[in-house]
Amino acid sequence: MTVVTAPVGPTRLLDTSGTADVVGLDAHLARWGALPDLRPAALLDVVDQSGLRGHGGAWFPVGIKWRAVARSGRSKPVVVANGAEGEPGSGKDRFLLHHSPHLVLDGASVAARAVGANRVVVHVTPGSVSGIEQALADRTRQGLDTCAFEIVVAPDRFLAGQESAAVATINGKNPGIPTFIGIRTIRDQGVAGRPTLVQNVETLAHVALIARFGPQWFRSVGTDESAGTALVTVTGRWDAPRIVEVPLGSTLGNALGIDAEAARSIQGVLLGGYGGGWVPTSTAMSMPFTEEAARSHGSSIGAGVAILLPSGVCPIAECARVVRYMEGEGAGQCGPCVNGLDLLATSMEHLAYRPRSLHGGLAALPTLCGLVEGRGACRHPDGVARFVRTAIEVFADHANLHLSRGPCQTGQPFLAVPGRSSGGSR
Amino acid sequence: MRRARFRLVVDPIACDGAGVCAELFPEMLSLDPWGYPIIHGDEVPDGLLELARKATVNCPRLALTLIKIDK
Ligand code: SF4
Ligand code: SF4
Repeated sequence: MTVVTAPVGPTRLLDTSGTADVVGLDAHLARWGALPDLRPAALLDVVDQSGLRGHGGAWFPVGIKWRAVARSGRSKPVVVANGAEGEPGSGKDRFLLHHSPHLVLDGASVAARAVGANRVVVHVTPGSVSGIEQALADRTRQGLDTCAFEIVVAPDRFLAGQESAAVATINGKNPGIPTFIGIRTIRDQGVAGRPTLVQNVETLAHVALIARFGPQWFRSVGTDESAGTALVTVTGRWDAPRIVEVPLGSTLGNALGIDAEAARSIQGVLLGGYGGGWVPTSTAMSMPFTEEAARSHGSSIGAGVAILLPSGVCPIAECARVVRYMEGEGAGQCGPCVNGLDLLATSMEHLAYRPRSLHGGLAALPTLCGLVEGRGACRHPDGVARFVRTAIEVFADHANLHLSRGPCQTGQPFLAVPGRSSGGSR
Repeated sequence: MRRARFRLVVDPIACDGAGVCAELFPEMLSLDPWGYPIIHGDEVPDGLLELARKATVNCPRLALTLIKIDK
């Protein structure tokens, strides 16, 4: 019999990352052992006590969500393992699905058991499908899971992973388009009208380890409010983006090895990706890496994204391109979002390339943000508003230079903006 | 027993921005630059509930609703 040991220290989900490109079922069981046989009530308690929060970007307490779904009781719930990350700055979900599919599937299996679900939908982007198919086939052969697993492919768009958009895709209508939830909730009425638990795949991978090693072990890293570790996709630190596992509450400066000297060549840090917000480099490197701390600086760590903007690029032009991309990724359904994001994008483009055309100066931008915040069916406009508000705060000096002296010569773009399949006029 | 409390909610997907509601109930609704309603305040005061209800039933898209505030 193999002896299974809990990972000591802050490397948990990436514990096996040095051993193989893909951790197959045998290697997975050799490293982590089988899931313990816990009853639903015990699982709910363990997850509650762990303090685990959702890593998809909302950071909502997982235990509270599970209990709400478990007690909804109208019909058997559905669990959605959500790996449809649409955020261009994030790659951790795809990485995890590729490298450790069985941690994610274990977590989904535990969640299904805890909330009494008999159906699990693995909702992923096209690139993850074959790996998950293989993993599910291996599990079936060993008779690991008691409930039915299926795969649903998410469309390749920013909003695909948004909760109501994921449910719309799975229900076979308007794939990747959010719906207005109003007083209903996905927890009560989601996939096929059943109570539905939509949980990010990284969250489920943490669950797989919490079920094995317990809440105390989980809490041995992190802070009281934000326990455990987070996978973070880091861009701008190395030649290519990298996924790192960061103990929540530690600093990015430490995790990325960036000292005051190195910080000087970074203009600002975008936390949370294009739906997150900018923070000054010194703040980003020294604040505790948690959602609470990021929010207190007007930002969000989102799904775990840090983009370090190097010197030598125009931050305003970079942001203008992103806002136009985000405008194009809107679902085109809500008046304030459709009109407001277009005007926000145009205003950012004015500031970047034709500052004289920006009516009302810099102050016009936060006013516009106020017109879109909280007024969509989903939070897309709120994310864009946060991005713009924080951009003009963190890059205020640069923005004022545009207004007084005119735009920069823009060189190579830095922030990646995926091309839209439709049209190419932008 | 306490009286039920209500707030106004607009379904931004259904709303067409023709602004009938703000004309009927300017006490709590104004229009943004594109004609879509902005809701002011949270709970609808008891005295205004009738007016609020009138605005909701006259919304041609049934986009404006009164919903009960829990607790
Ligand atoms: S707020 Fe914007 S992105 Fe969200 S559903 Fe409405 S139009 Fe689509
Ligand atoms: S009356 Fe209805 S459809 Fe018209 S603006 Fe008001 S909420 Fe929107």
